[in-house]
Parts: sequence; C-alpha cells; structure tokens
Amino acid sequence: MQEKMINLKINGIPVTVPEGTTILQAARQAHIEIPTLCFLKDVSRMGSCRMCVVEATGARGLVAACVYPVAEGMEVRTNTDKCRQSRKMTLELILSKHKKKCLSCERNHSCELQRLSLGYSVDEDRFKGEDFVLPLDDSTPYLIRDNDKCINCMRCVNACKKQGIYAIGPIGRGFNVHIGSAFDRPLAESPCVGCGQCVVDCPVGALSEKSNINEVWAALSDSSKKVVFITAPSVRATLGEAFDMPIGTNVEGKMIAAIRRFNPEAVFNMDVTADLTIMEEASELINRIKTNKPMPMFTSCCPAWIKFVEQTYPEMIPHLSTCKSPQQMFGALLKSYWCEKNNIDPASLFVVSVIPCTAKKYECEREEMKGDVDVAITTRELARMIKTAGIKFTELPDEEFDNPFATATGAGAIFGATGGVMEAALRTAAHMLDGSFEVLDFFAVRGSNPIKEATYLVAGHTIRVAVASGLDNARKIVEGIKSGEKKYDFVEIMSCPGGCVNGGGQPTLPDSVRNSVELKAARAKALYSCDNSNSYRRSADSPTIDIIYNDYLSFPNSHRAHEILHTSYKADPKI
Amino acid sequence: MEDKTSFCETAEQRAKLEAVIEESRSTPGCLMHILQEAQAIYGYLPIEVQSAIARQLHISLSEVYGVATFYSQFSLLPKGKNRISVCLGTACYVKGSDKILAELEKQLGIKCGECTPDGQFSIDSCRCVGACGLAPVMMINEDVYGKLNPDMVKGILDKYREEEK
Repeated sequence: MQEKMINLKINGIPVTVPEGTTILQAARQAHIEIPTLCFLKDVSRMGSCRMCVVEATGARGLVAACVYPVAEGMEVRTNTDKCRQSRKMTLELILSKHKKKCLSCERNHSCELQRLSLGYSVDEDRFKGEDFVLPLDDSTPYLIRDNDKCINCMRCVNACKKQGIYAIGPIGRGFNVHIGSAFDRPLAESPCVGCGQCVVDCPVGALSEKSNINEVWAALSDSSKKVVFITAPSVRATLGEAFDMPIGTNVEGKMIAAIRRFNPEAVFNMDVTADLTIMEEASELINRIKTNKPMPMFTSCCPAWIKFVEQTYPEMIPHLSTCKSPQQMFGALLKSYWCEKNNIDPASLFVVSVIPCTAKKYECEREEMKGDVDVAITTRELARMIKTAGIKFTELPDEEFDNPFATATGAGAIFGATGGVMEAALRTAAHMLDGSFEVLDFFAVRGSNPIKEATYLVAGHTIRVAVASGLDNARKIVEGIKSGEKKYDFVEIMSCPGGCVNGGGQPTLPDSVRNSVELKAARAKALYSCDNSNSYRRSADSPTIDIIYNDYLSFPNSHRAHEILHTSYKADPKI
Repeated sequence: MEDKTSFCETAEQRAKLEAVIEESRSTPGCLMHILQEAQAIYGYLPIEVQSAIARQLHISLSEVYGVATFYSQFSLLPKGKNRISVCLGTACYVKGSDKILAELEKQLGIKCGECTPDGQFSIDSCRCVGACGLAPVMMINEDVYGKLNPDMVKGILDKYREEEK
C-alpha cells in the first residue's frame, strides 16, 4: 500500500512527506535544523524539553516539533520571535539550576546546552534556582554521574531503557526530580552493566567516563615503567571524528603516529588478539559441537554482555565461551609471552588499552584478570590526550603498528561492528571443519539490524547462528533459547546497538549530526573496507597468529592457552 | 531515601501482597494499584516490598521506585502508631501552621515524613483537610485539632503518650 503523502510549508518552503512524519523530520527536507535537547534519534522522543517549539497553523500555541505530526496544508514557522524567545527562556530556566562549571567540564565545546545558549544569547544568571548539591556518583570503575550538571532531559534513562536494563530512572517530582538508581543507591549496586550508552547520549557533562588519563601520563613519565598501547579495532574508525574528520574515516595510521608521539615502548594492534580470540573461540565451538557441551555457545568479548549474563541470566553462564576478550588476551599475552621474550619484568610493564567502551574499564578490574591490562581509556580519552599533547592530528603522517603485533587479518578488524565476530569466527571455524571451505563473506550476519539469523552447512554440520546487538535484543535471544522456541549453535552478542563502533566510549557528536546520520553504518563501513583491502581475511591465516602459537601457545585450546587466554564467570544476580 | 530500620513482615502480609499482584498483573498500568495495596498492607513501601513487586512483575526496581517517589501518597518510611498530619494548605499556612509543624518536629525529635524510633509517632504534612475555619489544623489519626498555637502541641502529644501507658 502506498503511503499517504502530506504537503506542507516550512518557513515558506514547500515539502512533501509521508503521513505521520514529525515537523522535526520534515524540516530536514527543507534543510532547516530545529534545535533539540531531549530528543535523540532512535533513543529518546519525549517532547518535554520544549527546545524544538515551533509555530504551526492549526495548533494552539507553540508545539514541540520532535513529536508533533505534520498535517495537510500546514504552515510551520521555526524561527519567529515567539519561538526564539520561548527557547531562550527554556534555556535560562534550565541554566538556573545547572552547575555552570564549564571551563573544566569534559563536554566544554561539545555540550549541547552550551551550543544552544550561545546561539540564543542567553543570560545564564537570569534566574537563580535553589542551589542543590547532589552527590557525585563515582561508585563504578567506569562512569561518573554529576547530577548538578544534569538537565533531566531523560536521554540517559531512555538509552538505558532501550538497552532493557532500567538501571536508572527519574526519582521524585517537580523541582526535586533527579536521575538515579532505585533507592538512590550508588550505580555500582544497580543492574547497570557499564555499556556507557547513557554517556554518549548525554547532551551535557552530567555523565562521563571515569577518566584514567592521569594514570597514563604518570606511567609515561615514570622511567621505571615500560608503557605499551594496544588499540581496539573500532577506534581507527571513530577517532577522526574528534578532530572534525568525516564520519567513517579510517585513521589507523594517524592514530598510531599520534600515540607514538607520547613515546611509549610500543603501539600494538588489538586486531591481533581479535584473531587470537577467533582461534580459541572457533576451536572451542568445534569442541562443543563434537562433545555435546551446552549449546549454543555465546561470544564473550563484550564485558557488558558478560556482566548482563552474570546478573540477569546466571543459568546461562555455561553457554558463555570461556575465551577472554581481545583486550584481556592481549594484556595477558604481553605480560607473559612478550615479557619473557624480551626479558622484561612484567611488574614494570604498563599496558594501556584504547577501547571504544566504558565497560572495558570494569573488565580490566575484574578479579580473575586483574593486572593483565593496567588501564583502559576510551576513544574520547585518547583524543583528549592527543589534544593536550599539542599533536596536530590531521597533519600527522600515517605510521604502522610495532612488531611483533602489527599484522592482523580483516577478520580482526570487523570485530568492531555487529556481526563481525560471528563472521570472523565462521571464516575460521568453517575452514577448521572443512579444509576446502573457502567462503570468506558471510553477508547474512552483516549490517546494523538488531537481530540477524543464518544457517550454514559445513562438513556435514548444520551451524545455526544468531547475532544481536543491544542488550534488549540479547534478552529476546536468550528468552527464545530458554523457551525452546529458538535453536542455535553459536550466538554473537554485542551490548551496544550496532556493536563497538557505537560503543559507550566513542566520540560524542552534535545532536544535529546524530539526528541526521546513520552513524553505526557509516562507522562500520570503515571496518569492512579495512577487511576487504586486507590480504589476510581469515584469522587462521595470520602470520602473527602462527608465530604466537609456534613460539608459545602450541595450539588453540592448549593447556597454556587455557591458562593465559581463558577465564571464568560467576553469578551476581541483581534487580 | 531509604529506611534503615529492619523490615519485618508476617506470612499473612506476604500472602496478601502476592494475591494482589497475581490478581492485577495482567492489567496495563497495574503498578499504581499494586503500590497502593502494598502500602495499605505494610503501611509503607520499604525496599523489600518494592523489590518483591519488581521481581514478580518482571520490571526493574528503578521503575517501581520512580513511581513510588513521584506520588506523594506513597511513603518509603514506616508510619507511627499515631500518625500526625499537619495541614500546610493556604489557610492553615497563613495562620502559622509552619510553626505548629516546627514545634512537633522539635518535641518529637524527627523531621516531617519521619517516624520516631519507638514507632509511636510519625509526622506528615497535607494540603487541606476541609476545616479551614479552624485553621491552623492538624490531625492525629482520626482526631482533628483546630485553632492551634505552638504552646498547645506538647499537651496534645502527651494525651497520646498517656494512652500508651
């Protein structure tokens, strides 16, 4: 059936849009940006902040463009005195109780409230609200909530809701309303899994990662420490955004060059341990298929997913692959193999992992693996370090990773996008089962659809796979398995919608960009082109992997591999 | 706001709560009704009760808590055997009910919304009991006290203390 089309005018410009379109969406067709605060595409649609108010014929008073549907013959005005005055007043009221500590705020220059306040020439001291000093929540190892900066836009709450976690919500009423966990308990006691979607979705500085930058600077200036950086697959696809480069630019070479300007001992490629994860995980999968162990097997590289299983579905723990994540494998390998090989005391080695993720900060603090990686910093933190160091990022030459952990396969690179781990694992597992299996592209598991399913026939084995990103989708998969309705052999879960390219540690982008660009797809494209142009596309073919097994680990799932590269999980129920 | 006193419940209370949840769980928006019933059963909504509701409805505790803190009819703290309610409506307020409340708080050593450690008295404020002609007004349980001044507070409280003895 054909959609009914609606004709209207926005600031005099005629536009035709499908019925049900909001004024905000329609305005984009007329190349008009209506300011927003509480609205965020795919995440939050409340109509509550009143920043997007416009005049529309047929409506009483000003209407919220983000939720108001278009109507035939409607005439919309987005930039009248009335609109501007109303938005200005809204901003001034928000600012009346906002902690205006902008100079040192992490979101200085990337704050939506600041950007709008400048645009509408607000007087930030026009109204004086009651001075609240709400407690700072720094109870988790991965994020900080400063509610004195919070504007109650609910974007974090909706992000958490969209993930199906509901760790936070609005508490109280009226002027006293604030965002927090049940019974105002610290976030660490809530069901929060640390995915950090709330952080990237926060328009102001109320939420930020718990920064480890100072520890990295301290280690770099400590002559008794050897500092090694390892960078996760997706960081190359997003770091450029922090330097105003187009979304989806692969900045691998400049990223390495920039880190090298900090004078570390080495800069290594985490795609290598992504390949290593595949070797271990694919072997584990085959072993499970052949020995009738609990199926399906779930991937284990996403620490927020692991935390989610431990908290919500402890009965599914036997289904988790025992493989550590690429970050933890790398840390463990550096502190054993690499130290032994180079006569370095592991105690003097300081491993800095650069990751698109907030949960990885929690992961490296986990008891079972503590010490493998010293600190994990987000893409945002790395960008800040590069800026502080005065490095002209865009002018840097392209440099290469250090040996012996430089060369990786395309399979390692696509770890950063939803479906990537599955595809990488299938490439190697299929080849392990059937040496003549040469298919390298598994298109059915690609793309940013929240849930993808496929079935492959390899060497007489039917392998049923599912890929989900976003924890609410993970929940659907798990419930399907528990009820017996769904049967799979291998399931990839990434907590963040779209996978790591859309991780909680990735650069924050202005709402005007977030609301108009398909961010996940644009970033993922950079990784798939990396994969395409790589001469090695199957983890098992990587020369680096060869060296690691020949030199040290013998073979996948060997006793030593188990000691170094595998881990365990424990139930930790929370509601 | 979390109550630090230890929570005890009877098997009867528990059974009642579970029956209420079972009966209304399929109705959309049942949380409000369940919270009201739970408050009637327990007198207040401690974390144990809210957690039980969240678990059984398969929703998060933070959702339950959000609703419980939005509506002033819900209390997170236990109520006393004698429940004092001071009217802070317009008429009572201009007649000085804020001073009555301050005197109550002083006499009992607790703040509005709290309960004395011995569980005898709790203080709350309300908006209009429909006796504006008697302003300022307070209620203790079902008894209405009007035309109050702060000096009268101690005597009235003593009456309830004596009843205890």
